[in-house]
Amino acid sequence: MNIREILEHPHVWLAEGAEASVAISSRIRLARNLSDAAFPGWAGEEERVRVWEHLRSVLSRLPAMEGAVFAGNDELTEMDRFLLFERHLISREHAGRGRGSGIVLRPDESVVIMVNEEDHLRMQALSAGLRLSDAWQAIDTVDSQLDAKVSYAFSPRWGYLTACPSNVGTGLRASVMLHLPGLALMEEIGPLVKGVSKIGLTVRGLWGEGTDAHGHMFQISNQVTLGEREEDIIRNLEQIVSEIIGHEQNARGRLWRDRRAVLLDHVGRAAGILANAHILSSREALDLLSVLRLGMDMGILSGVSRSDVQKLMLVSQPAHLQWHEGRPLESFERDQARAALVRGVLATVLGAVKRGRRKKK
Amino acid sequence: MKCEMCHINEANVHLTQVVGGEVRKLHLCEKCAKESGVDIQDPMAIADLFLGLGQTPSETGPGEVTGCPRCHLGRSDFKKTGRLGCPECYVHFRAELAPLLKAMHHGDRHVGKRPCGAAVAERQLESLDDLRRRLDEAVASENFELAAKLRDEIRALSGERPPASP
Ligand SMILES: [Zn+2]
Ligand SMILES: [Zn+2]
Repeated sequence: MNIREILEHPHVWLAEGAEASVAISSRIRLARNLSDAAFPGWAGEEERVRVWEHLRSVLSRLPAMEGAVFAGNDELTEMDRFLLFERHLISREHAGRGRGSGIVLRPDESVVIMVNEEDHLRMQALSAGLRLSDAWQAIDTVDSQLDAKVSYAFSPRWGYLTACPSNVGTGLRASVMLHLPGLALMEEIGPLVKGVSKIGLTVRGLWGEGTDAHGHMFQISNQVTLGEREEDIIRNLEQIVSEIIGHEQNARGRLWRDRRAVLLDHVGRAAGILANAHILSSREALDLLSVLRLGMDMGILSGVSRSDVQKLMLVSQPAHLQWHEGRPLESFERDQARAALVRGVLATVLGAVKRGRRKKK
Repeated sequence: MKCEMCHINEANVHLTQVVGGEVRKLHLCEKCAKESGVDIQDPMAIADLFLGLGQTPSETGPGEVTGCPRCHLGRSDFKKTGRLGCPECYVHFRAELAPLLKAMHHGDRHVGKRPCGAAVAERQLESLDDLRRRLDEAVASENFELAAKLRDEIRALSGERPPASP
C-alpha cells in the first residue's frame, strides 16, 4: 500500500464518533527530539537525511507501527504532500519540505508521524468525534515503544526538549475540531474565544483567520505544555470542549426558538445556491456547506448525510479538486470545477430542490 | 488600566516580557499590540520576548560572542527564527530561558511522562547535579525549608540513607 491508496479512503474525516454533530475529530500530538542531533531547522541537509534514515528504520520495526506506509518527502509529489495537508494529516510547513523530511502513516490514518518537521518527531494520533483519551492511549504506546529504541532529548527539569520553547515539557498538544455554526450565527464566537483563552486554551479557525473561520470549523487546543501532567491537560480540554458543545447545542435551540424564519431561510438558500451555482469560491462553498450541515443536524433538511457534506468540504479544497479533475487548475477554473462537483452531488440528494424543479415544469 | 504605549486606550492585551532575566508585565491596547506586531502565538514574538522588546543592541552584545558550544546557535539566530538549535541550547541559554518558560507555561518544572530508554542513568546524574546545585543555592539564601525538601529528593534519587538520628 502507498500514500495514494491511503488517500483514496479518508477515514477519520468521514467517520463519526461521540458528539458527532459538533465534534469532528480529536487529535493528540507529541513533539520529540533525539538527544544527539541538531533540531531540523538548524541542522544541515545531510544531518536531516541521517536522522530520517535512522528513524525510518527504527519506526519500521515498531509493533505499534506495523503495516505503516513510509515516504520521504522527496519521494512524494508536491500534489501528494498538499493532499495530505488538506486531510489534516501533515502541516502546511511539512508539505513544503523536501529531502531529509518524511512521513509515516498508518493506513487507517489513526497515527501519522512527521519526521523532521520543526522537531525530529511530530507524532499524532487521530480519532473521530470527541475521543481524546483514545488518541492519547494510541500515541502514548507509540512513544513508549520508540523510547526503548532511541535516546530522546530530555531534561529532568524541563521535560522533553523542543525546537520552540512553547512546546517544551510534555511536548503535548491536544486538540478537538468543532463545527460551531450555531454560536457563529448567534454571534457568540468572539466571547467564546476570549473566555477560552483566559484559561490557557487556544481557539483557531480551521480555514481562514482567527474568529473569521470559513465553514464555522474551529480547532480548540491547549497552549501550556510545561508544568502539567498529560492526563490533566487532556482532561481539562475534554471538559471545556464538552461545555462548548453544550453551548453550541443551546445556541441551535435558541436559533430554532427565536429566529426560526431566519434559520430556515439560511438553510434553504444554502441548499439552493449549492445545488445550482456554476461558480463557487472556496470560502462560499465552505460557509454554505456548513449551513447545510447545520440544517441536516437539526432535521430541517433531509436526503443529505453528514458524510456527503464532509466529503464536499474536503474535495472543495485546491489540491483535492485538482486531483479529482486530474489536472492543474487556475483559480477561476477551480471555482467552476468546485461548483460542478457540488452540483453533481447535491442535485441527486436534495429532495426539496428537486421538488421545486418539478413544480416549474 | 491605560495602555503603556499610547496612554489613551484601555489596555486589554497583557504580555509577559523578559528583560535581563527579569520578568515584566506589559499592558497594551489591541491597536498598539497589533501595530507593534505582537502575536503571542507567533514564535517571532516569543523571540522578542526572550530578548526583551525594547532592548538596545549594545545590551545583547555579550551573548553574541558565546553561542551554544555544540551547535553554535547565537542569540541573534534565535531572535531571527524563534527556535533553538539543539538540545544543548537549553543548557547554554538556561538563564534566559528559565524566566521565559515560567511566564509561558504553568510552572517551570516538568511533571509529566519521563523516558525510560537507554540514557536514563545519565539523565539521573544530570538531575542529581541539578538538585545539588539548587540545594547549595537554598542553603546560601537560608531557605531551609526548601533545602530540607531537596535533601530528601537527593537521597531518594541517589539511594543514600538518611543519617541516623542522634
Ligand atoms: Zn495603545
Ligand atoms: Zn545548541
